[in-house]
Amino acid sequence: MPHQPARRRAPFTLAGCLTGARLTLPLWPGIVVFGVAYGAAAAGKGMSVAEALATSAIVYAGAAQMVGLELWRETWSLSTLVAVMTVTLFVNARMVLMGATLQPWLVGAPGWRNALGHFVLTDGSWVVAMRYREGGGRDLGVLFGAGVALWPLWLASTWAGCLTGALVSRPRAYGLDLVMPVLFTAMLVPLWRGARAARPWAVAALAALAAQRLLPGYAFIVVGGLAGCAAGALLDDPAPSDPAAHEPIADEPVGRGRRPPAR
Amino acid sequence: MTAALDALFAGPFGPALAILLVGSVSYACRAGGVVLMARVRPTPRVERALRALPGSIIVATAVPSGLAAGAPGLAGLAVAALVMAALRVEVVALAAGVAAVAAGRALGY
Repeated sequence: MPHQPARRRAPFTLAGCLTGARLTLPLWPGIVVFGVAYGAAAAGKGMSVAEALATSAIVYAGAAQMVGLELWRETWSLSTLVAVMTVTLFVNARMVLMGATLQPWLVGAPGWRNALGHFVLTDGSWVVAMRYREGGGRDLGVLFGAGVALWPLWLASTWAGCLTGALVSRPRAYGLDLVMPVLFTAMLVPLWRGARAARPWAVAALAALAAQRLLPGYAFIVVGGLAGCAAGALLDDPAPSDPAAHEPIADEPVGRGRRPPAR
Repeated sequence: MTAALDALFAGPFGPALAILLVGSVSYACRAGGVVLMARVRPTPRVERALRALPGSIIVATAVPSGLAAGAPGLAGLAVAALVMAALRVEVVALAAGVAAVAAGRALGY
């Protein structure tokens, strides 16, 4: 375990947790609809309310749960269990990449708190926290609070779905199935550092589109992410000095983390 | 061995074990990247790779998902990006993007 005493430990405050929770608010409608849809589908598959709630509480990954539901059964065997675990691994592999982006921020934080924090890491909390850090924020409470805020919401909406079936009968008509891609696109804008720095993104997009045609499930996210990552490593940038993205200077007061002037 | 495991999973604790095991896979994915990167020496090359990663994950998630949703999906992504570039307020960009998707579908695209 490399020690990096030169790097200051990121703070963790209650105010940060609350900010993180607040930053997730725009995601709530999409998550509720997804949770309700999952609960309804789980009930339809013959899962008990307790089983559906336990899955939402422990697995806590919407896409993986939905895909896993296709393989859900009353009576399990070793092979069916391995199948559902493999599917979960493929759908959630993108989180490995997300965790990798968070690691420099987590250096020096207590291990138990990281272990707890990993449990509530989701697409939503990751993108909200990345955006906050991009704006120069360092408070790890934001990452934690965003994850913790979404967990009870996910449980409650799963429960509602189990009990009532689909509350929102046509989520697609309202575009709610695309909340996450749309939010991700919006979050990409503040990351823009000019065309040169965006070359890996083009590689990522092309690789993901190719993988989407060739591979099942959500593997395209991992393929695209890794391709962009490799492109970033290989395309030689003249050691850019990008304090905002790398080593935030200011202990910015907790807030939306507005980005300092570009470049 | 296999038969014993099959019997265990087929028993009354099968569903509970399945949920726990799938949950542990989920957790391993969440913790895996952090644990892995803690063991990688941060050379300039690794730092460049890591710096390219967030945008790459975002692009790799959003572009195929948007394209799969056809014209309304693409319109939603484009509107979200434009509104975000103009206003820099996530909530507004998200609402505008989702509204564009809904509008596109209502128009029958």
